[in-house]
Amino acid sequence: MQLLPLRGPVEKLSNVQSLRCKECGRDYPQEPIYVCDYCFGPLEVAYDYDEIAKNISREKIQDGPLTIWRYDQLLPASRDNAINIGAGMTPLLKADNLGKELGLNNLWIKNDAANPTHSFKDRVVSVATTKAVEFEFDTIACASTGNLAGATAAHGAKAGMNTMVFIPADLERGKVLGAAIFGSVVLVNGNYDDVNRLCSELGDDRRWAFVNINMRPYYSEGSKSLGYELAEQLGWHAPEHVIVPVASGSLFTKVYKGLQEFAQLGIIDSVDTKMHIAQPFGCSPVAKAFVEGQTHPKPVVPDTIAKSLAIGSPADGYYSVGIANNTGGSATIVPESEIAEGMKLLAETEGIFTETAGGVVISTLRRLAREGVIGKNEETVALITGTGLKTLEAIENTVTTSTIDATVQSFDEIVMGSVVS
Amino acid sequence: MPLRRVRFTFKTELIQRPVIYELGIKFGIVTNIRRAEVGQETGWVMLELEGAIEEIDRGLKWVASEGVEVSTLEGDILAG
Repeated sequence: MQLLPLRGPVEKLSNVQSLRCKECGRDYPQEPIYVCDYCFGPLEVAYDYDEIAKNISREKIQDGPLTIWRYDQLLPASRDNAINIGAGMTPLLKADNLGKELGLNNLWIKNDAANPTHSFKDRVVSVATTKAVEFEFDTIACASTGNLAGATAAHGAKAGMNTMVFIPADLERGKVLGAAIFGSVVLVNGNYDDVNRLCSELGDDRRWAFVNINMRPYYSEGSKSLGYELAEQLGWHAPEHVIVPVASGSLFTKVYKGLQEFAQLGIIDSVDTKMHIAQPFGCSPVAKAFVEGQTHPKPVVPDTIAKSLAIGSPADGYYSVGIANNTGGSATIVPESEIAEGMKLLAETEGIFTETAGGVVISTLRRLAREGVIGKNEETVALITGTGLKTLEAIENTVTTSTIDATVQSFDEIVMGSVVS
Repeated sequence: MPLRRVRFTFKTELIQRPVIYELGIKFGIVTNIRRAEVGQETGWVMLELEGAIEEIDRGLKWVASEGVEVSTLEGDILAG
């Protein structure tokens, strides 16, 4: 059963044709639904690219706001209604120091930790919340162990909606408070599976906008903005390599879709980008499927310190494997012990403190550089999707500090390593 | 009658066993396969279950206890 909102949707957007099943191609009206009634395939927003082509150009994009909404022609919600707390247009930084360390001369870091709630989830939730308002829902909901919770709570607050953010009760206090500051957070007693099951049931029978259930076709489109920004910030072209941390696989597929759409509309010339999957050893169903030559990832029970990648049953895993294969990309399974190393390497070379998922990306990058998968002059972008301040526990044992007495002598002895006579 | 949409993933040792048939017989559930891919080593099936809600819940627990991975169509909802 897929519930509709209490009232009907607002005026249809001219840039969107329908929702379309990714498997059988059946069209559905623009409603808060997410799965094909016939084949159970996922629904995706289908655009009218002829119509969009009349209204989009590099200049028009550049004249737009410094947020994801500058790309509104390729988003399934109206800029006029946008629930906007400033998601998007995060820095793309030339990473010369890290590049030197890895032997890469053309390396870039896309730092999405610079989003308002410090992760890329602000992009998807901004679109989902805007769409929820357009559908006239009064409640927005999600289930999360971290980044999605903060993004949903913040956008729900901005929209003035009732907000239901479900969090496992044993989550670290910092993460709970980081979402609770914005409003309603519900702590659920139970394990990962219990929270999943509860939210699936609530998603089925409550008239809520559940960002990654009934709003999923719209929500996931927000991730395309990362692809658009990469192209725009690189000077209107697609990079040769993109390394993406993979959880559900939605981000991976949508970054690529964003690049493809830009090429289709003539905003960039072409896309010849190799898409690389980065997953941690403790939750690597997508990377494992790629490595083993399978098309469909087998579900796993996550056991990783990269909590933001802990999706054991990834909804877009199949599509991610397909894109990695079709683009000549790769998949890397990063040992858990190398995650903190990656975080530290990025921090010490580029001054960017990433979350554990970023550690997975940097360790993947290091392996791909060592193995020659990425050539030393090939333009490469590593996606950093969240801040390390949310995953401090991961690096507790890897950083060192000095403690001194409040004297110059103590400073010289301990810090400078010299004994003053 | 209540409906539930689920995805089953089968391990190699279960590929030859008619688990979905057994689920229907044991728990009085109507099983309706919508999409599937079954190979020699693994397989997955997306299906709709119709029956008494208590029997569907019991049936899904039984399927999982037999070694089949049971997940929702939308994959994991609990996100990072």
